Amino acid sequence: MRAATLLVPAGILVLVLWSWHGTRFDPVGLLGADGRAQMLAYAEKLFPPDLSPDLLRKVAYWSLETFAISFMGTLLSVTVALALVFFASRNLVFAGVLFEVDGAGQPTRIARIGLFVAAKALLNLLRTVPHIVWALIFVFAVGLGPFPGVLALGLHTGGVLGKLFAEVVEDIETQPLAALQAAGASRPQVFFYGVLPRVLPQFLAYSLYRWEVNIREAIILGYVGAGGLGQQIQIAISLFLENKLLTLILAIYLMVTLVDYLSAYLRRRLL
Amino acid sequence: MPLPKPFEAALPSSDHSRFLFPILFGICFAAAFVGSWQLAQIQPGLLFEAEGRRNMGRFITGMFPPDLSLNFLRFLVVPFFETIQISVMGTVLAIAIGFPLSLLGTASLAHTGMLNDLEIAGSPGRRLARTLPYVLARAVMSVFRCIPEFVWAFMFVRAVGLGPFPGVLAIGVSYGGMLGKVYSEILENLEVQPSEALQATGASRWKILVYGMLPQALPQLVSYTLYRWECAVRASAILGFIGAGGLGQQIELSMRMFNFHEVVTLVLILFLLVAAVDFLSARARKAIV
Repeated sequence: MRAATLLVPAGILVLVLWSWHGTRFDPVGLLGADGRAQMLAYAEKLFPPDLSPDLLRKVAYWSLETFAISFMGTLLSVTVALALVFFASRNLVFAGVLFEVDGAGQPTRIARIGLFVAAKALLNLLRTVPHIVWALIFVFAVGLGPFPGVLALGLHTGGVLGKLFAEVVEDIETQPLAALQAAGASRPQVFFYGVLPRVLPQFLAYSLYRWEVNIREAIILGYVGAGGLGQQIQIAISLFLENKLLTLILAIYLMVTLVDYLSAYLRRRLL
Repeated sequence: MPLPKPFEAALPSSDHSRFLFPILFGICFAAAFVGSWQLAQIQPGLLFEAEGRRNMGRFITGMFPPDLSLNFLRFLVVPFFETIQISVMGTVLAIAIGFPLSLLGTASLAHTGMLNDLEIAGSPGRRLARTLPYVLARAVMSVFRCIPEFVWAFMFVRAVGLGPFPGVLAIGVSYGGMLGKVYSEILENLEVQPSEALQATGASRWKILVYGMLPQALPQLVSYTLYRWECAVRASAILGFIGAGGLGQQIELSMRMFNFHEVVTLVLILFLLVAAVDFLSARARKAIV
């Protein structure tokens, strides 16, 4: 115990020093006179934001495009997760109270476990590949534009939500299911009356949380050609259009705050 | 199904908003769906077109076999460790930024509750002096976290050049805003009795914070920080795409060169790294809480 209490801080210290060195972390250079002057000069170039009506109209359109990518991407991910989650939950496929008295033979059981493993593996695959890699793949397949962004968000987040949803399903209390079963309910009936009502609010909460993440990721995906504000940020930075950049950053701030607020509001109202 | 009378009485009164909300929600949802479908240019047909299929086929056949040659793997050692280093240093910086901001941005420390009521009572000047830093800290945290780390990274690459350092700064600033927000929520929701007891003994504000609040909050603070570190590992891999070092930079290069068998290897390595970090951090969290 004594050794451990010393070892943990020492280990963390070594990790931090190693990282400090490896990342060439240089707060003195950043906050020293030179660095400060440089950052200040850059900040000055950002002001004032470009608020010409023409640009504002375009920014509004790009903001809506980013919103659309995050919205459709989240819907797609919920669809993907819902399609897979009930195969990826042990207690609905092969284990637990529903299968204690099971007339089916060994082959059926093995097939069920196989189904479960396949669904889990698919969810893992979807989640493991970062959304930006998915986006690059879909840009290959369907060309530039917001659509590959939607697909990328949908698949990656589908994997994330599928995992979270499966945890929710596996955590539900078994008594109501057992009671339904004892009353003679068939498995679909147990599912619709015992499982779904328990898990739907949680599903909804997780989906709304992920929407908040997705609006940020939709911006990142713009970088690989998925349109919206992210793409324009990249263009503005590459072309040294600092005033336009500030306008875009303000738009991002508004979009992200709006979605955070909407999601919190809906969670309050719907749950 | 009509409810028996006593139950009906127990339900919230059915004012207008109870009926209106589902309808309004339905309309808004439908409008958002139709509008987004068009704006996002959703064309499922594209997925089944010959050219798209050919490209996908090329991609998938190009992925196999994954490039596991020693030459390539040796080449990845530095970016691999760089990704870890960026995530660690980014999290450390995020704590350094987020923790002080969270203290300023905690209402019960700054301007409300029993810690402040007596001092502020009847003095608008003092109230303002206490509320202003609180509002400012909240605003700074909100700006830091609502601008995605990716945009920060872009700007820091401009400011300090390519390499892992801008990645650290980007994660530090945006995660600093997130940590600050969550830290202040944790501090806000603590039990007040210990602080009250300390105040009754005449302890200063600092002492109340150090002896009354932090010991209570520490497990949650550490647990959330560890969770953020997990996110930082993923983020640092993504930031590489815009030249902030690490594995992401390599994924981008391999992708642009159409070396898909390298991409598979990189994604596998990233998967193992993330899984290892998740495991470590889950173990640590269990040990703390």
